[in-house]
Amino acid sequence: MTDMTTRLAGVEFANPVFTASGCAAAGKELDQFFDITLLGGVVTKSIMRAPRSGRATPRMAETPSGMLNSIGLQGPGIASFLDNDLAWLQARGARAVVSIAGGSVEDYATLAKELRGHPAVSMIEVNISCPNVEDRGQVFACDARASSGVVQAVRQNTAVGTPIFAKLSPDVTDIAAIARACVDAGADGLSVINTLLGMVIDTTTMRPALAGITGGLSGPAIRPVAVRCVYQVHAALPHVPILGMGGIRTGLDALEFVLAGASAVSVGTTVFGDPGAPLRILDELEQALAERGIARLSDAVGLAHRPPVERVPEDPDPVGDDPGPGLSDSTSDSPFEDDIEETP
Amino acid sequence: MPLQVAGEILAIKKVGAYQAVTVIAPGIPELTRPGHFLAVQVGGPESSMLLRRAFAIYDVKERGVYGGTVEFVFAVHGKGTAWLASRRPQDKLDVVGPLGKPFRLPKSAVNVTLVGGGYGSAPLLPLARALRERGCRVDVVLGAGSADRLFGFLDAKRMADSIAVTTDDGSTGTRGRVSDVLPGVLDKSRADVVYACGPMAMLRAVADLAAERGIPSQVAVEESMACGIGVCMTCVLPVVGDDGLTRMVRSCVEGPVFLGDRVRWDDVGSVPADAVGAPTTGGRP
Repeated sequence: MTDMTTRLAGVEFANPVFTASGCAAAGKELDQFFDITLLGGVVTKSIMRAPRSGRATPRMAETPSGMLNSIGLQGPGIASFLDNDLAWLQARGARAVVSIAGGSVEDYATLAKELRGHPAVSMIEVNISCPNVEDRGQVFACDARASSGVVQAVRQNTAVGTPIFAKLSPDVTDIAAIARACVDAGADGLSVINTLLGMVIDTTTMRPALAGITGGLSGPAIRPVAVRCVYQVHAALPHVPILGMGGIRTGLDALEFVLAGASAVSVGTTVFGDPGAPLRILDELEQALAERGIARLSDAVGLAHRPPVERVPEDPDPVGDDPGPGLSDSTSDSPFEDDIEETP
Repeated sequence: MPLQVAGEILAIKKVGAYQAVTVIAPGIPELTRPGHFLAVQVGGPESSMLLRRAFAIYDVKERGVYGGTVEFVFAVHGKGTAWLASRRPQDKLDVVGPLGKPFRLPKSAVNVTLVGGGYGSAPLLPLARALRERGCRVDVVLGAGSADRLFGFLDAKRMADSIAVTTDDGSTGTRGRVSDVLPGVLDKSRADVVYACGPMAMLRAVADLAAERGIPSQVAVEESMACGIGVCMTCVLPVVGDDGLTRMVRSCVEGPVFLGDRVRWDDVGSVPADAVGAPTTGGRP
């Protein structure tokens, strides 16, 4: 039996598989397909202060191994969320991670106050990939100062025992810099990554396929980008817990994120095509760890950051001849210093 | 409560311009009512097409030689439906269903008119059967672009008290749209209720014609969906609630069947300014 428990900033979860914000509503619909209390946690769709209609349709376009969405954060507002969605999750006995979104620092602060001390809130995820109405619609997550302003406001209005995770956008030049700014501002952990900004043009109408023109790209198409981001953030901030997400479809996909440095993962877009996927992925991840002789999930977190294992079984290199990490696999007869490996 | 079933194709056949697929999907038939739909995985487990395709359920059999089966009809529109059309008996097909809110049946034996556009008639045929069992008078109007795009004519003819057919090209029936013949059918049959399924423009015309006569209508809408189970918020349209307020509601869980006079037809595709949570002028994006 593999120990699947995971700790995110001092809070323990039974296992590392969560839903993803915006891909599971507030858990009720998926509970028809599997027992959602068996998941590590349910990350709810980003909630805002007021009810919100979202954008016009079409809101979605399927893309190769992915999809583009422009929903516009449709939701009932925090009051209805507390009375209905969160109350339901509490009664059901699920672990709730509440995602919040706003258009100003004050919005986020207010949302944090509304959630403060609520017994059903295990953790708060701060969706900072929202346009800042006080800064010409500039997205918070794309600017270190704007991100830290939001995180600080949420931290100040959240109980000490409730971790807050800032959800990072991959659409930045240096994700580690934004990550560091969020942590410095009081984020206990980081959710990595949000969707990538994308666009599809309908060649029949010769117009953008989405009413919102651009949309967020998600699904397996973005997985390598997400794994790279988790790896970079973990390398920069090895002690900060990461909730990893971006195109996870199988247990081995989840394992990639864990090896890159995630202590838990969210399963998002895959749920649209396979509502039973989160539990399947949990089983597959547990099996994958067992097959690799890893007794505890926590032992696998960040393992990909180890230096490469030397492969010199027949004639071991004498001590001192070690060419150092990253070079031990290079062949001595290569005429080039920086030989680029071809992938099969 | 819907089920996710790793089903197996029992039969696939061409019906005019369409394909009809029968899937062995134990558990789903017992739960299905006319108007429910299925969400079907396309391209297999490693598919690059992540999203399910939604199809109205045509026929179900609770007990067959191989277990319960469910049948749906589709037209090839893109890669997903082309893959589906290339399936053969014994191929696996993962289906989720039954989904959505079905048609509500009248309590008493009233006069009912059913209007189907293209293969939108598929869910109306089991509905016709259920209505006949309740002793309703059933009149059917079927419309399509051309004769090969009509679906269910023989089924309908067997069950209905009258049947009217229109085609855009006049290849069979009356040349024109269902809305051209519907007023005559409604008046002649003294219809008490109208049910419709088909393209949005047709549904709107049917809902308007029914409303003009003070006849309640139920329409099954076709909106583009990503999940079919209520979590993605893709398939929304503006609908007036019992409280008189317009909300952007999910056609997959609050629909696909709506009262025709509750859909804000002029505003489908947009967010009306008076909808709950609509962006205010100069407000948040």
